[in-house]
Amino acid sequence: MYELIGVWCVVLLTLSIFSYLYGDNPFYKAAEHIFVGVSAGYVFTITFWDTIWPNLFGRLFPKYVGAGFSFDITYIFPLILGVFMLFRLSKKYDWLSRISIAYIVGMMAGLKFYVFLNSNLLTQIKSSTVNLSGTYFSIFNDLIILVGVISGLVYFFFSKEHTGALGKISRIGVYFLMIKFGASFGFAVMGRISLLIGRFEELIEFSKPEYYYSTPVTLLIMIMIIGYWAYKDNTKPLEK
Amino acid sequence: MNKSIKYTLLSSLIILFYFFIPLPIFLVGNETTFVCVILLCFVVEYFIESAKSGEPIYMRPIAAIKAMEEAVGRATEMGTPVLYVPGISSLDQIDTISGLTILGHVAGMTAEYEANLHVPVCVPIVMETAKETCKESYLKKGRPDLYRNDMVHYVTDDQFAYAAGVNGIMLREKPAAVFFQGKFYAESLILAETGNSIGAIQIAGTGSSSQIPFFVTACDYTLIGEEFYAASAYLSGSPEMLGSIKGQDYVKVGCMIAILIVFISSLLNGYGIIDFNIESLFRTNVVK
Repeated sequence: MYELIGVWCVVLLTLSIFSYLYGDNPFYKAAEHIFVGVSAGYVFTITFWDTIWPNLFGRLFPKYVGAGFSFDITYIFPLILGVFMLFRLSKKYDWLSRISIAYIVGMMAGLKFYVFLNSNLLTQIKSSTVNLSGTYFSIFNDLIILVGVISGLVYFFFSKEHTGALGKISRIGVYFLMIKFGASFGFAVMGRISLLIGRFEELIEFSKPEYYYSTPVTLLIMIMIIGYWAYKDNTKPLEK
Repeated sequence: MNKSIKYTLLSSLIILFYFFIPLPIFLVGNETTFVCVILLCFVVEYFIESAKSGEPIYMRPIAAIKAMEEAVGRATEMGTPVLYVPGISSLDQIDTISGLTILGHVAGMTAEYEANLHVPVCVPIVMETAKETCKESYLKKGRPDLYRNDMVHYVTDDQFAYAAGVNGIMLREKPAAVFFQGKFYAESLILAETGNSIGAIQIAGTGSSSQIPFFVTACDYTLIGEEFYAASAYLSGSPEMLGSIKGQDYVKVGCMIAILIVFISSLLNGYGIIDFNIESLFRTNVVK
């Protein structure tokens, strides 16, 4: 019984989100508000019970929480920084929250600098080698990568005007970037289509008699309600 | 002492200290990374100092920056709000920080033009920072009376729920100008398509290379990759930021030279002219 209710909810919410294709309508509005509200509450609960409670309180009050950690006094610092963030609610002490924000930004900038230097810069330079033991095709590929990287870097020069030779090289860089973006776009669209097929497969599955024809029945009711709503609301025409 | 000599000497001293100190205080195996960190920092610092001392710094014009004022002006004329989406990541992403710098600039323009600004946010800590940024911009423009605390508001942390929420805002409020400036993932096309369907001027900026194609397709202007970071530096107008952009340009020149050296060295090694595998220089010893 509960499974059946779940199936009907899944179908109703999926079709409500799809109804966005027709324009803003009560079904989309309802689904959007449910989605936003439920996810906000869910994220809050998960963050508190799965992260803050075991990882922070579990180390400050190990006996009480029982998350399997031993007492660690250093965790008092995240607690203090977290409490500082709550001072945003106070007009007098809201400046304390800036300390927490500054800590996050500064700490992550330092950490990311090292990671990016290794993964983006040094690895890129290292990958510029050409392997002569490979096939002609792979050697040609290495050359293409070399030209692409150099010209792409030239495009991202900001302190020099892109004229003359610099302008021509940066133009080649733009072509490389556009080819990359095109390929990336096509790849992502393929991924989205497979996601859409997944949703359709589920909707087709729920059209079977064991689910009491959930998909077609819901779709029909929705079309009738949206049609009636559009008719009643004809002073404010639907906009795509 | 001449500034360039001072920086060269100082960086050389630190590198010499690293290589010749008899005490085992540094991790072995990260030599290349260390040298790169020192060189990068000193090059950028050198240009920051130059900018601070008043040396003029040229920045090539970026179309999207010019279009920002046009977009806000259009929204003001039409009497519709300006929607600013700062991405879905937290402050640990440089894109979000750049996005917030640009938000400061956009908020300054909305304060000047008396246009409505609407900033739906995905991460609570970004919301607080965005509020501070907008408040400061309105104050700087002498219009603190126009600032409302609810112009920056939280939607939800969930990626697609946030996208659905922002789509709803776009459909109902019909903003004439939409800014997508920050770190985006799979929701980028959903947002940009909706903005396109309502006929808004859209200006996007992100460092997420996988999302740039969607913004290029659906938006009027897109700040791609490093253009986005440069734009935030350009708009901030601070000598520190502008100097760092010039410094980074020189770092790029250094990278190109290094790439060519690696390429030629691998060629020579491949033909047996030299017996040295340059790849061995790029080892990293990661402590777990």
